[in-house]
Amino acid sequence: MSLAYILLPMFFVIWLAFFAQEIPSFPPGGYSLKWFRAVPGNDRFVNGFLLSLQVAVVSTSIGLAIGVPAAVCLVRGRFAGREAVNNLLLLPLIVPGIVLGIALYVFHVETEIVTGWPILGSLGGLVAGHVLIAIPWTVRLITASLVGMDRAVEEAAQSLGADRLTTFRRVTLPAILPGIVAAALFGFIASFGNLEMSLFLVGPGRTTLPIAILQYLEWKIDPTIAAVSVLQILFIGGAMLLTDRFVKIGRVV
Amino acid sequence: MARLQLTGITKRYGEFKAADDVSLDIADGEFLVLLGPSGCGKTTTLRIVAGFIEPTSGSVRLGDRDITGLPPWKRNTGLVFQSYALFPHMTVAENIAFGLEMRKMPKAEMTPKITEALRLVRLDHLSDRLPRQLSGGQQQRVALARALVFRPDVLLLDEPLSNLDAKLRQDVRVEIRELQRKLGLTTVMVTHDQEEALTMADRLVVMSEGRVRQIGSQQDLYERPSEKFVADFVGRSTFIDGRMDGPGRFVSAGGLVVACEGSGAGDASLALRPERLALMSAAAPAMDNSFPGAVEFISYLGSQVDLHVRLSPKERVIVQIQNRPEQPLPVIGEQVHIGWSKSTGRVFQS
Repeated sequence: MSLAYILLPMFFVIWLAFFAQEIPSFPPGGYSLKWFRAVPGNDRFVNGFLLSLQVAVVSTSIGLAIGVPAAVCLVRGRFAGREAVNNLLLLPLIVPGIVLGIALYVFHVETEIVTGWPILGSLGGLVAGHVLIAIPWTVRLITASLVGMDRAVEEAAQSLGADRLTTFRRVTLPAILPGIVAAALFGFIASFGNLEMSLFLVGPGRTTLPIAILQYLEWKIDPTIAAVSVLQILFIGGAMLLTDRFVKIGRVV
Repeated sequence: MARLQLTGITKRYGEFKAADDVSLDIADGEFLVLLGPSGCGKTTTLRIVAGFIEPTSGSVRLGDRDITGLPPWKRNTGLVFQSYALFPHMTVAENIAFGLEMRKMPKAEMTPKITEALRLVRLDHLSDRLPRQLSGGQQQRVALARALVFRPDVLLLDEPLSNLDAKLRQDVRVEIRELQRKLGLTTVMVTHDQEEALTMADRLVVMSEGRVRQIGSQQDLYERPSEKFVADFVGRSTFIDGRMDGPGRFVSAGGLVVACEGSGAGDASLALRPERLALMSAAAPAMDNSFPGAVEFISYLGSQVDLHVRLSPKERVIVQIQNRPEQPLPVIGEQVHIGWSKSTGRVFQS
């Protein structure tokens, strides 16, 4: 029942993508692949896809670079305010994207006025925003896999002669690798599909894929959108399958 | 292998002392067991030797080195964990190789050492397996081989048998002990299982509340416990509360007058080992102590039988008798006589 509930919209989107007529109406007046052929010809979608991909990859990488050490400190460290920091790092998950977008927008405007740096609508500003979305995922998932790890394994490595860094590299890292891969994947998906926050951070001529879809919808409703969505679903699904081949994410999440 | 010396080791957590002035001197090749209930400080002591806990005061010497301030990776100790703590992503051979790799040993020298270590624990046929493909007993032996292969100065065992089933545990005890003798390993083992401790140790250390209560051989602890805690923890004892009423005379709270060894005066406890008490059908005036009593509870354990016998309204003792066919067992409610010599009871002044 819940499975059907989840799959139903996806089913309709996929179905719609193959309709022949331009106005989506039932019953379909035939089937066609022309909407898929139209996608690569549309610069907005292609550029949007490339930008989204670029932003997602960069911000996920930065998110990991920040998230892994943060998670290690949170789990292994003993310092005052550990809980507070932990909750703070999850905050971007709780604050609505649109609020986050406005806040960042105002922040960028103010910073630009004060410093004179061209931040507003820049690629750097967009990536910085997306790092914010990726961090809660990386911290949460890596924390979870660190907590699930037997501390004695690290101690065993140390008693065998490995210093802290070697222990982390040879023992801790391989043990939490599934968590890291899952974190990267979820960070990527969260960034790739983000619309609300990105709306405030993109600049002229720089549009992410979700925004490109939204803009297209303002003028037209035809199955091209469905075709783009199908391609996006395939892309993310493919990424999940590919990572699942190497790391069993189901064990982590 | 080397001599291990702990001098005045104390570890404080705020007001709480996890280890309180612990001093131990473990000879080269000796098997020392730290025994005590959970929270007695035995694991803290072991972890201080391994380098995972820094003592608040005191020093640790291994051979001719002072290792008190050294991190774990510079101590050259072989540690076997309760959970075995094998590296899950490495094969058996890779697990064992880890310590040698950390010592920058060339590959060519490593191979024969790994083979030898595997043969020592009889796992040569499983070198390419991953830990999760092994049974608990096999994992335990890999952990042992991994801790031994680089010739540590001291072998540290943290409850190494508690995750094995009872039957296997008996075999592994003997196995570890024989290996330890063969290789002449200075060994410190932590356990809360007194039978395990008694089987394996050259010398035992009984600890409670962070302090060393008694150090000695199996006989020392059993026959000459230094305090009530040891008499209670090692073997079994029935305690009778009362007071010393002149030299060699103990009067129980229930009014029994008991002949015993020892002098002094004031409140005291008398400890009696259940197997040292004699069950008799009639009073024996020739014995130092002879009291009538009623059997209140019988627990039949196969080779032996425990009788709970009430000697006075306030005193009940456990008497352990051998289960022999020619000797009929008493029944509940039966009147019997219990006797013991004056050297049997040990008096602990409180």
